[in-house]
Amino acid sequence: MGEREIVLEVDSLVRHFPVGGGLLSRRRGAVQAVDGVSFTLGRGETLGVVGESGCGKSTLARTIVGLDSPTSGHVRYRGVDVHAASGRELRAMRRSVQIVLQDPYTSLNPRKTVRDLLTQPFEIHPDVLPRDRRLSRVKELLDVVGLNPDHLDRYPFQFSGGQRQRIGIARALALEPEVVVCDEPVSALDVSVQAQVVNLLRRLQRELGLSYVFIAHDLSVVRHISDRVAVMYLGKVVELGDRREVYERPQHPYTRALLEAVPVPEPRGRASRARTLLAGDPPSPVDPPSGCRFRTRCPKAQSVCAETEPVLRIGSTPAAEVACHFPEQTPLARLGGA
Amino acid sequence: MNAPILRVDDLSVEFATREGAVRAVRNVGLEVFAGRTLALLGESGSGKSVTAQAIMGLLDTPPASITSGSIMFEGTDLVTAVERVRRQVNGEGVAMVFQDALSALNPVYTVGHQISELLRVRRKMSRSAARARAVELMERVRIPAAARRVDDYPHQFSGGMRQRIMIALAVALNPRVLIADEPTTALDVTVQAQIMELLTELQRENGMGMVLITHDLGVVAEVADDVTVMYAGRIVERGSVEELFEHAAHPYTRGLLRSMPRTDREDDELWAIPGAPPSPVLTPKGCAFHPRCDIAIDLCRSEQPGLEVIAAGRTSACHLRAEVFDGRA
Repeated sequence: MGEREIVLEVDSLVRHFPVGGGLLSRRRGAVQAVDGVSFTLGRGETLGVVGESGCGKSTLARTIVGLDSPTSGHVRYRGVDVHAASGRELRAMRRSVQIVLQDPYTSLNPRKTVRDLLTQPFEIHPDVLPRDRRLSRVKELLDVVGLNPDHLDRYPFQFSGGQRQRIGIARALALEPEVVVCDEPVSALDVSVQAQVVNLLRRLQRELGLSYVFIAHDLSVVRHISDRVAVMYLGKVVELGDRREVYERPQHPYTRALLEAVPVPEPRGRASRARTLLAGDPPSPVDPPSGCRFRTRCPKAQSVCAETEPVLRIGSTPAAEVACHFPEQTPLARLGGA
Repeated sequence: MNAPILRVDDLSVEFATREGAVRAVRNVGLEVFAGRTLALLGESGSGKSVTAQAIMGLLDTPPASITSGSIMFEGTDLVTAVERVRRQVNGEGVAMVFQDALSALNPVYTVGHQISELLRVRRKMSRSAARARAVELMERVRIPAAARRVDDYPHQFSGGMRQRIMIALAVALNPRVLIADEPTTALDVTVQAQIMELLTELQRENGMGMVLITHDLGVVAEVADDVTVMYAGRIVERGSVEELFEHAAHPYTRGLLRSMPRTDREDDELWAIPGAPPSPVLTPKGCAFHPRCDIAIDLCRSEQPGLEVIAAGRTSACHLRAEVFDGRA
């Protein structure tokens, strides 16, 4: 662990969006989309980020790659502040930190051919590759992501969802980035196709030494691609640790609830399986609960949870940090067997 | 087992498109029994939702047309039934829960109005009785402070609460069959679990037959009694949930089960079915699954396999069904 080479550092990142406030009225508050998130990403590592809608995971993704600016806090790529960089530093950072978006149906311009879509990065960064070598590079990219290089002049609608996501991945890789933020890259795909895309991302990581921030709303895919996992709830990281710790011995009641909510793909014995279901929906991030934000849905909440906000700190094992006044110590009962 | 409440036989649905007729559903048959849940499992383009729409009479005709088959509900064929009978069956006989509650509910009426309107028209209830019943139904689906929230509009509810309201509407007339089309797909994981629990609870209480349309194997494993797997408009496999999960008799089902990522394991490489589901416009010749199948033989490329019995309660449409079923292929 000591010689981990840090490529990305997210430091006390906050992103609030003001709400209300027409022309004449005062601001009425803010959506606290991301509220003090910190983590580091090592070279060749994958950090999985899991949470439900409104937890701020997509805002986090957009802020990391510079599509959005933080209200406070920093994102550093190899020590350079992403949001303070300018000139050559900014261009270098933009090349090196790329994003793959969730919906391959809306993230690709429908009026551009694959050739256009994949040469565009080189037009924005013309110094990366001389013009006469771009076409062969684009064909190579298609080959790398498992698409037929002869389909260069097709339009996005002529591809299936999985193939479109491969185009999105090829585009993200065009400028040979070091960090790729994947914002729910397989959520919109058919089950039988999801695994292909996950396997592709892993292979590319091995071959190209990429680091990933892999964002997802459910836990099942994340376990297989991540080295470490961060669980987010209403703008905060509530648990962060090695994947095995987070899945086998989740300490935060929210992490446990998320894991228990995942249906077990084994029909036999289902009647005798007990699980704790959370009540209600996540509260609004405009006016989050005081203290611990999860307390309104937490089965273990006590008065201290409303008064003092728990900070993320090492819990029962150094391999995971948890933000809870009453972290669980016991392993999660294995519901699925196997 | 008793006679099925709903029985679909040899159902085929075509859509007229500029590229010619698209056969979205081909010779589909299914039986729904009281108190049991039938999962209709499939990916995009498998024909599962079109089958449900045909049962509910929701297909736009044209461009859609039912080209063969029958949908029998209590002795009435819904395919040929006159409009008056059809309308009577919807809601009281067969009701449906949709994936997207925001677009299924009318945004300009309060949820209380939408529930009580249904009761006033169909049950001839008075305004005040209908409203009281609407509150009861909202309480039944566990909407907190139902008496106050009955006058709220759909957009004032969260996704999970809207889904509960749609469920309240669907069960308002005590249907004998409930069709749930991807009822939890648009919801968060923790809310999904709540909604599935509510649906199974209502089913137990009312003895309804349920058709659960889904692509999620986990949900199927949790709630289904029987499973029908669809691929490219056809049924490829049928069986009870335990048997199907333990001994798949079709390579597609087997591939789906293997490719499901699990939270209790760390796999460096996930099992993947190559390729993608075919477009309904251009279904492959022979068995529609053969281009993605790891055991396809020449016969699969030329001849469509029939849906045949492989064991008690088990059918499979695969030329190598016996080999797949007992693990030899």
